[in-house]
Amino acid sequence: MANYILLRHREIPDIHKLDVYRKNGGFEAFEKVVTTMKPDEVTEIVKTSGLRGRGGAGFPTGLKWSFMDKDNWPHYVVANADESEPGTFKDREIMESNPFQFLEGVAIASYAVGATEAYIYCRGEFWELTQVLDEKIAELEEAGLLGDKLFGTDYSLRIYTHLGAGAYICGEETALLESMEGKRGQPRLRPPFPPSFGLYGKPTVVNNVETLTNVPPIITNGGEWYKNLGTEDTAGVKVFSLSGRVKQPGNYELPFGTTFRELIYEHGGGISDDRSIRAIMAAGASSALIVADDKALDTPMDYASVRDLDADLGSASIIVIDDSVSIDWVINKTIHFFEHESCGKCTPCREGNYWMGHIIERIHAGQASQNDVELLHSVAKQIENKCLCALGEFSIQAVMTGIERFPQDFEAAIK
Amino acid sequence: MNKIAENYADEIQKIIAKYPAEQKRSAVMSLLYIAQREDGYVTKQDLNEIAEILEMTPTEVVTLVGFYTLYHEEPGGQYRIQVCNDLPCALRGADEFLEKLCENLGIQIGETTEDGLVTVEGVMCLAACDKAPMFQVQTGEGLAYHEDMTVESTLELIEDWKREEK
Repeated sequence: MANYILLRHREIPDIHKLDVYRKNGGFEAFEKVVTTMKPDEVTEIVKTSGLRGRGGAGFPTGLKWSFMDKDNWPHYVVANADESEPGTFKDREIMESNPFQFLEGVAIASYAVGATEAYIYCRGEFWELTQVLDEKIAELEEAGLLGDKLFGTDYSLRIYTHLGAGAYICGEETALLESMEGKRGQPRLRPPFPPSFGLYGKPTVVNNVETLTNVPPIITNGGEWYKNLGTEDTAGVKVFSLSGRVKQPGNYELPFGTTFRELIYEHGGGISDDRSIRAIMAAGASSALIVADDKALDTPMDYASVRDLDADLGSASIIVIDDSVSIDWVINKTIHFFEHESCGKCTPCREGNYWMGHIIERIHAGQASQNDVELLHSVAKQIENKCLCALGEFSIQAVMTGIERFPQDFEAAIK
Repeated sequence: MNKIAENYADEIQKIIAKYPAEQKRSAVMSLLYIAQREDGYVTKQDLNEIAEILEMTPTEVVTLVGFYTLYHEEPGGQYRIQVCNDLPCALRGADEFLEKLCENLGIQIGETTEDGLVTVEGVMCLAACDKAPMFQVQTGEGLAYHEDMTVESTLELIEDWKREEK
């Protein structure tokens, strides 16, 4: 039995070549759906599988596909390859090393929602990778696996890449669509959601790269097979990006439900310089800070269990923080990230992050008082639930939990 | 005379063809990259030319240059070294790396070396957190990643560029 469902290049070294991918079952799932299944049957299998979006929000993928407005055409599929969350580097490895499985996932999703044109929105920094994807798409067209009248049917499909130019906010699906339309990447008011009003105002499914890469094996092996992987709450496998103060950072494909302890100590080799772990951020810079006690370390990583720690699993980008740094330094980093990346549309996020940046600088420089720490918490609190998209919410997670759960670090900083 | 339209006619046609006929504006991001090829930044003339090609106003084009970090309104070094010093990279020494690199080059973060070859910038996450210290190098021609770097290996890379320039 293969050990990998997504990072298959670790077992099949040349799987980035089309002939090798096909020898290992590649594009059989796409051919099967196009030649033998109705689009809605494909969506049903994905629903059964329990697959949820891997970009962070965890929305059920099949359900999203079923929301596509069938009275408004054409339909589009857009793959979200704008991977920019600090601590997340899984989509890049998938696209670089197992690109055809990702592209087959885009193709199957397109068939399922009746799209004949699909786009891959790559962050601008993935410049070299995007050129490689263009070559792979051309190879597929040459091989008759993309293009007109596929497998002797009436179904046609073209996939195009679209390069962004450096903006974290474009990972938010409506900002991504604005950006694709040649505008600044600023989120839209929702509803309407993209399956009814998406790219160019047409019904659009936006799915993360990892989500789509799960689709071919689900079609091949069935929804039940996938549902039985992982936990009851969260089906399937996940590529966990492990970074920060660990000996062996990297991507680890594991079933949902693997504990933090197993990921950090068994796979990650433990803490750098054998120091002590203090905090975990489970969803990149957008995370609440989890106090890394035994209870947290033994928590299985699925959406519900991490929620019980008053945190979110999100894109499962695990940043490990040890006792070599203070928490006020950590949130100084996250605040400056969000201050830079706020798109400017909503005042609480734009101004709030600006002011949080000033206050944390003061605290970190040892020029602040307890009043400033309280002020920082209060500014964060005022951003909560007041923005159009999740960026505002993300920006305050580490700030509020840092102050609440690691007060001693702030006391030390203001002395 | 529209220089961008003339010099890159075929390439522009191919880009516009990716999108529905009435949605030419989607090509603007790619055209801004083309504009940066010659000087490494977008000039006023570029803005006007792109606006004309895509039937946009120059104001609509310039707001994109300001919004997206990979477009530049001012000239910089021939090679822009963009070091990620976000949280995960900083936990692996990116801040010290950036500081020492600048010290060695005799510049501050954001500045360009006297010979105009290198600009060093601190940037946000580049999705390579497990391979810090790391940076990308932006030139007019595009971008390339350099991972698991040291100050020494970076200085060698810069020496290579100097040799290429000669």
